[in-house]
Amino acid sequence: MRQSFIMRNPSILIFLACLATFTLVVTLMSEAFGFDMISTSFVKTLGKTLCLCLVALAMDLVWGYCGILSLGHFAFFGLGGYMIGMWLMYARTELIVAGSLANAAIPPTDAEVVSAIGNQIFGVVGSSDFPLIWTFASSLPAQLALVVIVPGLLALVFGWLAFRSRVAGVYLSILTQAMTLALSLYLFQNESGLRGNNGLSGLQNLPGVTASQAVVSIWFLWASALALAIGYVVSAWVVSGKFGSVVRGIRDDEARVRFLGYSVEGYKLFIFTFTAIIAAIAGALYYPQAGIINPGEVAPIASIYLAVWVAIGGRGRLYGAVIGAAVVSLVSTWFTGGQVPSIPLGVYTVDWVDWWLVLLGVSFVLVTLFAPKGIGGLFDLIAGRLAPDRHGADYGPDKGSLQQEEGRG
Amino acid sequence: MSNLLEVSGVSVTFDGYRAIRNLSFQIGRAELRAIIGPNGAGKTTFMDIVTGKTRPDEGRVIWGERSVNLLKMSEARIAQEGIGRKFQRPTVFEDQTVFANLLMALKNPRGSFRCLFYKSSRDDGARVEQLASEIGLEDALQRKSGELSHGQKQWLEIGMLLAQEPRLLLVDEPAAGMTLAEREHTTDLLKEAAKTRAVVVVEHDMEFVRRLACKVTVLHEGSVLAEGSLDHVTANPQVIEVYLGR
Repeated sequence: MRQSFIMRNPSILIFLACLATFTLVVTLMSEAFGFDMISTSFVKTLGKTLCLCLVALAMDLVWGYCGILSLGHFAFFGLGGYMIGMWLMYARTELIVAGSLANAAIPPTDAEVVSAIGNQIFGVVGSSDFPLIWTFASSLPAQLALVVIVPGLLALVFGWLAFRSRVAGVYLSILTQAMTLALSLYLFQNESGLRGNNGLSGLQNLPGVTASQAVVSIWFLWASALALAIGYVVSAWVVSGKFGSVVRGIRDDEARVRFLGYSVEGYKLFIFTFTAIIAAIAGALYYPQAGIINPGEVAPIASIYLAVWVAIGGRGRLYGAVIGAAVVSLVSTWFTGGQVPSIPLGVYTVDWVDWWLVLLGVSFVLVTLFAPKGIGGLFDLIAGRLAPDRHGADYGPDKGSLQQEEGRG
Repeated sequence: MSNLLEVSGVSVTFDGYRAIRNLSFQIGRAELRAIIGPNGAGKTTFMDIVTGKTRPDEGRVIWGERSVNLLKMSEARIAQEGIGRKFQRPTVFEDQTVFANLLMALKNPRGSFRCLFYKSSRDDGARVEQLASEIGLEDALQRKSGELSHGQKQWLEIGMLLAQEPRLLLVDEPAAGMTLAEREHTTDLLKEAAKTRAVVVVEHDMEFVRRLACKVTVLHEGSVLAEGSLDHVTANPQVIEVYLGR
């Protein structure tokens, strides 16, 4: 009766095959490695979309599987971006400064170099000193470690405080919104040491790399695809075994899990921190492709979008989250990019740049009402799987528990 | 001294209403006990206190040989100490298979990292299958428990309780919604379980309690009104007045 991990989860192989095909096709169509059929900026959009799929995966783990409706996971995403952005900015400015000082009559001292870098980076906020949080900015390994450590620690402390006090349901959602809002407001201040509302910019230029953006964009596409593949397999492994059983039990009936002797708080904290780290890694890959990060990125609305993606894609199934994030964010790019023709109604012209959000909101409501399984539910039609008849009742008494319509037979 | 659980002088107040007043209760290591009482007598609150769901205002709850204080423990910790609880309505994880339900309940380390790296062993698989056959669900192991009938869910939950290997079983109205044959099976199972552990059954149904043939504790307004055999307590005029007379 014991089957291998892959055998029990055939969707993993299908997913990996689709992802590999996608990456290959984009590479072959790219300017750098193929037939120059799609623009570099579109390759970047696709690479960024893969990162958004990864953070949606994290959201699905924490919400779809564990029932914690966190509306703050973009805070971790943004923090991951800031951490890698600090190194990118420092290292690149260092090269520029070194280049301009090289022609000076007297070779500059180290202190002069650092001060010149500080001037370059912080001149925009009227300062030239490096704040304490930039201590490790000159070291790539240190900043890469911080990509995981800083969001992980924030999630650990926040989660410990929240779960220990048994904050759950809508109160926890509000608390996570407050967290991401607080982070965003803090980063907006010039004194935060991360250049206030200017954010970190020029992140698309990798220090010391002479390759063109066309090549770099494909590198990042590959890296994002690899991260998504690894993230998918690890997530599938986490939710497939006994741990996944307990986590889904917590979603449907927390009290029952507690009376089985499992420390619900510990499990929630584990999932919360784990998904925060996934989100941070996704952010660290996203922002070098976006080129700029500013505090607006961690605004509360971003995390709400994340929940909408997962809901539209199909909560409680990993490929659902990926599909939701990919479809909604790409369609969103299309609509907000002004490429969709406006609809003249005589007295009023429907301009999709303005009306896209309304359309998104309406589709969210429609999906919630009429297709709770989301886009991912279409696969059940193909596989012919039916949900057990629960006579209209949900799978558990808890707020986050699966509804009957979301069941997977 | 040979008591497994000792509750003494416990009181709980909910918004000014005293649900439990100075309640004292003991149960031995291998004993079957029925708790009866009218609605609002504090039967469920009593279970909540023992399992750590409700914290009493005063009193002591002492457990086991080492006489540990249960009031200082979390629900999960108390469950790990060996107190299992069955709720009134069947609560199984409906989105998951019968096998997963039983495996989750099986007495194994409960830590998150231990569960993450848990490898299903032959022993655990055999134990789950044995439990499933005890509760008559051996053919339904790979079915989602949400598909089971009401009675089957009750059985699954009892199976999950047994899988926990608790030293004290708290069972809330096990016979509710069961057919006569199912009730008899339940009685046998509880009696069998009580040979090796303590079992406390909260029940409304007098016929069911009579079939259990055990010591009975009558609760009324949050404290013990009478204790003894069923015939003894039903002869008590006070009991007749508050419970049976109505």
